[in-house]
Amino acid sequence: MKKKQMSRRKRSHILYGYLMIAPLTAGLGIFYFYPFFKVFYDSFHVVGAFNKTSWAGLSNYVTMFKDPVMWSTLWNTLRYVLVIVPFTLALSILLAALLNTDIKGRSVFRVIYFIPAITMSTAISMIWRWIFNSDFGILNFFLSKLGIRNVLWLSDPKTAWITISIVAVWMNVGYQMIILLAGMQGISRSYYESASLDGAGRFQQFFGITLPLLTPTIFFVLITTLISTFQIFDVIYMMINSKSLAKEASQSIVLYFYRNAFEYSKKGYASAIAIFLFVIIMVITAFQMKVQNKWVNYDQ
Amino acid sequence: MDVKAKKKFYQREGFRVRLILFLVMVIVSLIIVIPYVWMLSNSFKPTKETLVDASHLLPKNPTLDGYRKVLFDSPFFSWLRNSLIITVSDTLIILFTSTILGYLFSRFEFRGRRFLFMMLLFTMMVPAQVTMITKFILIDRIGLYDNLLALIIPAVVSAFGVYLCKQYCDEIPRELLESARIDGAGNFQIYFHIVIPQIRPAIGSLAIFTFLEIWNDYLNPLLYLSSTGKQTLPLALSFFSSQHQTDLSATMAASALIMIPTSIVFIVFQKQFIKGIAMTGMKG
Repeated sequence: MKKKQMSRRKRSHILYGYLMIAPLTAGLGIFYFYPFFKVFYDSFHVVGAFNKTSWAGLSNYVTMFKDPVMWSTLWNTLRYVLVIVPFTLALSILLAALLNTDIKGRSVFRVIYFIPAITMSTAISMIWRWIFNSDFGILNFFLSKLGIRNVLWLSDPKTAWITISIVAVWMNVGYQMIILLAGMQGISRSYYESASLDGAGRFQQFFGITLPLLTPTIFFVLITTLISTFQIFDVIYMMINSKSLAKEASQSIVLYFYRNAFEYSKKGYASAIAIFLFVIIMVITAFQMKVQNKWVNYDQ
Repeated sequence: MDVKAKKKFYQREGFRVRLILFLVMVIVSLIIVIPYVWMLSNSFKPTKETLVDASHLLPKNPTLDGYRKVLFDSPFFSWLRNSLIITVSDTLIILFTSTILGYLFSRFEFRGRRFLFMMLLFTMMVPAQVTMITKFILIDRIGLYDNLLALIIPAVVSAFGVYLCKQYCDEIPRELLESARIDGAGNFQIYFHIVIPQIRPAIGSLAIFTFLEIWNDYLNPLLYLSSTGKQTLPLALSFFSSQHQTDLSATMAASALIMIPTSIVFIVFQKQFIKGIAMTGMKG
């Protein structure tokens, strides 16, 4: 009697589970998995007017590998990654370490450093765009006092990507700093106490204790910054005018994808670019899973 | 004597180091704050003055013209309303689906549970661009292009949210749920009266994250909303610059106004914010 009741309850439990999960499955199917497979399909097709597709074989991929703009776009993106990621990481570790001391006013500093993380990236881009404006911007005004005249921060193809990187780092640091600070605060006080008994100074403690024990958090920040920088879009889109001379020199993969898909209406080609981006992100993720256990110190 | 002198020396050295560190922190603060000051200063300048040069940091003839233009000569309140509708409904829906699905994945046995959960986690890794084109065509086909629903319907489930809530549900003691069940509580009663209160920290940080992410989202509104009256606040900023000339004071006034809601949310929920972000780092 009792057993039967249990099983009936269990059965209703399972039924309830299915019932609740059905909308999720449908939603995932429609908005993720169908689009996910469709983009593979589209990448082998030419997508024409009214989204009619016709078979194109590998031609989108062949075009991609022959497209000089694609190569320069890829190089731009790598350049962003190689500059933005290390600077973000180094500066956020530095700031977190500063906030982890007993200096007066550190809770105020923490709030200030965090402000960019909650500001709309479009607003930030707009502000910086005017700070870097070569004619009316405040930066060039101060530089002109120092004798440096008329730096074309955003319109010169050679400097635009550096300007973008500066803004991106400025935007990233506060958020990552909070994650790293939490990691630092998770390190047991006893390590520092015994180290200072042995006469280790502030800097020795930082390099000998904080950094090694922080590797899991550093690694997490590294991977998330890496992935988000590979997908950099907003800042460039907002700061570089589409008629700018620096348009091509500052273009990232996602931006080129966006322009092909929604401005040049080459959806098939854009799909191939999306697959390419997907492969990059998957490689990073695979790397993350593999390397994680090797050099990251998890015994805290 | 010797010991005392040594101690004194260390204290002094400590003071010098402290002073340097403090100065570094002040300089960094300035680098962060100056752009905002510049924004505010320009928002109070007459348009003409913004186009001269930057020789005076503060406005010579302060005016509210920029703000007036934003508030009365542009559909600012429609944008605000649209942003609010989208952000509030998405946040509420995502909170509901995340908690209920998190509970489901944590405590219910059904076939394919592990598989479905893996699929959900997989969606977190796939860059948004991969599904963007098809989603766009799909939205267009069902007639939701240039409709606020285009930003609400596809956003009903957050994989991160489900993951976060599941982690918290896993930690609810089994006896708590069992005893409620024995007392005759139904699944929904358990969900409302036991699960929700138990996972409150996760709900708090998820709410803040979702709110910020959707409030600040630029790409999706850019894709799906085309007519001016249907757009959201992040798109508003280009409204003043896409006309023949950029109206800097209006753009900066709009930027300042746009920052008010997030700043309020941040000031009120500062602790949860920082805890929530720290939590995501731990889960990595």
